[in-house]
Amino acid sequence: MSREWIVNAALIAGLIAVPLWAHLSGEPFTITLATRAVIFALAAVGLNLALGLGGMVSFGHAVFFGLGGYSMGILAHHAQNFLPLYDGLFLIEGTKSMPVIWLVAILVSALAALLIGLLSLRTSGVYFIMITLAFGQMFYYFAISWRAYGGEDGLSIWVRNGFPGLNTLDPIQFYCLCFALLCAALWLSARIARSPFGLVLNAARQVPARVETVGLDGQRAKLVAFVISGAITGLAGALFADLNRFVSPTMFSWHMSGEIMIFIILGGVARLFGPVAGAVLFVAMEHVLGDLWDHWHILLGGLLLVIVLFGRGGVIGLLAGKAQSHD
Amino acid sequence: MSTILIVEQVLNGLQFGVMLFLMAAGLTLIFGVMGLINLAHGSLYMVGGFVAAVVAGLTGSFTLALIAAMAAAAMAGALIEMTVIRRLYHTDHLDQVLATFALILIFSEGTRWAFGSFPLYLSRPEALAGSVTLPFGIEYPLYRLALIGAGLAVAVGLWLLIAKTRLGIQIRAGENDREMIAALGVDIRTLYTFVFALGAALAGLAGALVGAIQSVQVGMGEPVLILAFVVIVIGGIGSIKGAFVGALIVGLTDTLGGIFLPELFKLVMEPAAATQVGASLSSMAIYLLMAIVLIWKPTGLYGARTA
Repeated sequence: MSREWIVNAALIAGLIAVPLWAHLSGEPFTITLATRAVIFALAAVGLNLALGLGGMVSFGHAVFFGLGGYSMGILAHHAQNFLPLYDGLFLIEGTKSMPVIWLVAILVSALAALLIGLLSLRTSGVYFIMITLAFGQMFYYFAISWRAYGGEDGLSIWVRNGFPGLNTLDPIQFYCLCFALLCAALWLSARIARSPFGLVLNAARQVPARVETVGLDGQRAKLVAFVISGAITGLAGALFADLNRFVSPTMFSWHMSGEIMIFIILGGVARLFGPVAGAVLFVAMEHVLGDLWDHWHILLGGLLLVIVLFGRGGVIGLLAGKAQSHD
Repeated sequence: MSTILIVEQVLNGLQFGVMLFLMAAGLTLIFGVMGLINLAHGSLYMVGGFVAAVVAGLTGSFTLALIAAMAAAAMAGALIEMTVIRRLYHTDHLDQVLATFALILIFSEGTRWAFGSFPLYLSRPEALAGSVTLPFGIEYPLYRLALIGAGLAVAVGLWLLIAKTRLGIQIRAGENDREMIAALGVDIRTLYTFVFALGAALAGLAGALVGAIQSVQVGMGEPVLILAFVVIVIGGIGSIKGAFVGALIVGLTDTLGGIFLPELFKLVMEPAAATQVGASLSSMAIYLLMAIVLIWKPTGLYGARTA
């Protein structure tokens, strides 16, 4: 049992114990904070598939986060106003059902990831970073100028969407849903990393030429990973919008892309639980430091600099020692 | 749609383009010579804008404000190069993105702390206040015309510096083979700091010049930064010529697209819908353009290196 395993277990235990304690002692705000952390973690788990495993430094993952958010916003907006989404040859109506919304969010962001990936993966290195960034801005400006769905003001949803058999208005129940999805995504990531596909991806990141020499298609593996990555981040976007009952173009902004990346770095690159540790730390800092000082972003920037320049392992690296290349 | 309007919009596009060039030139130079992707370039633009606004407010002189803006941005650039950026040359792009993103957080929040969230006002100089009458009776603001002139002058100056001076030879050599130039006895650390400060000064100049037609506020550098990235991706990263051509293409596309796309759609749609679709498309036009260029040439118009 490695130290990293203990840190991961402690993290999961904390994510179960703290909201439970908050629920029993009647502190719904703490549960909301935990939900926020779990959703951010989910978004970062998605990005980590592309960034950590595939080596694709995507600076545009806010696209998928925002698309997930708007999938929820648009479907729920039509449902709450009793406007059909499409009324032509057949009828499509909005919905307030989470499973349907999640499915749409996943499909829409996967499709966007496929298109963006097809174009962006023609390039590599610094071009890839800038292109993904530019695609992010494209969606951002499109959302701002798209007046039908609120434009710059965004869309508000009156009541949180429902999940069969649960009362999602109860903070702890909604938290449990998000936490379950995070666990599922972590399990999926772990499975992918150990699968033959994950090995190809890993190899394509390290020595692309060798992968091609043995007759495997590294680029295709990267594209598939990018699509899965986008889909997971899109799902997180739908949850985030449901948590706030609000979507706006800021979900598409490049600050959002940067923040999702920061979660991974704070926690530790190429660690399964890095994104979780990073998101928890970020939300904790946002809450504690943000209360003390309005300009806490200066401290966040400083911490980020220290981690990038001096300690690549992030929080998990600090607690668990060096990463093991094979386990 | 009159000729006058078209000429005016082309001039606006040119003006926007040359200002983008000032930003993109620094970015592409820093990438070409040091292999560094610098997100904090927009913060240096912001530093230029704020220093110009403060100095102009204190002294009333626009010239002094411009000089102070360039000096302050160059100093801020040299400072972050020596403390942070220098450690990033040998790391991968992910580290560079994160560290310079951290610098943005520090710069933006620090400026907000010092100046608050309200925009500062920087007025354009008296001498360049009015408008001039161009041939065919076109009225155009003198200050914007001066911006085009200033941008072109900087472009020529930069070309002379790179192509004709000893320093320029060292910069070009540094792009090609940094070990060799160090072995020949050139102090590569000083050269890097100088190149970074030069890029910073250009960003500061752009921030001050544009600050007089837009407002000076926290975050003013970010939209420009991202457009400058689009410019150098289109032009080819590392190429000054590419940055110039790319900047003009992006400036013209962005400005003309906003005016003409809605008009174009009015030919086939009802006006309200056409305005809507046209506005949405024009805000995305440059990114579509970039995608097209990259499908055609994955390393940009003038880019040779595979980054």
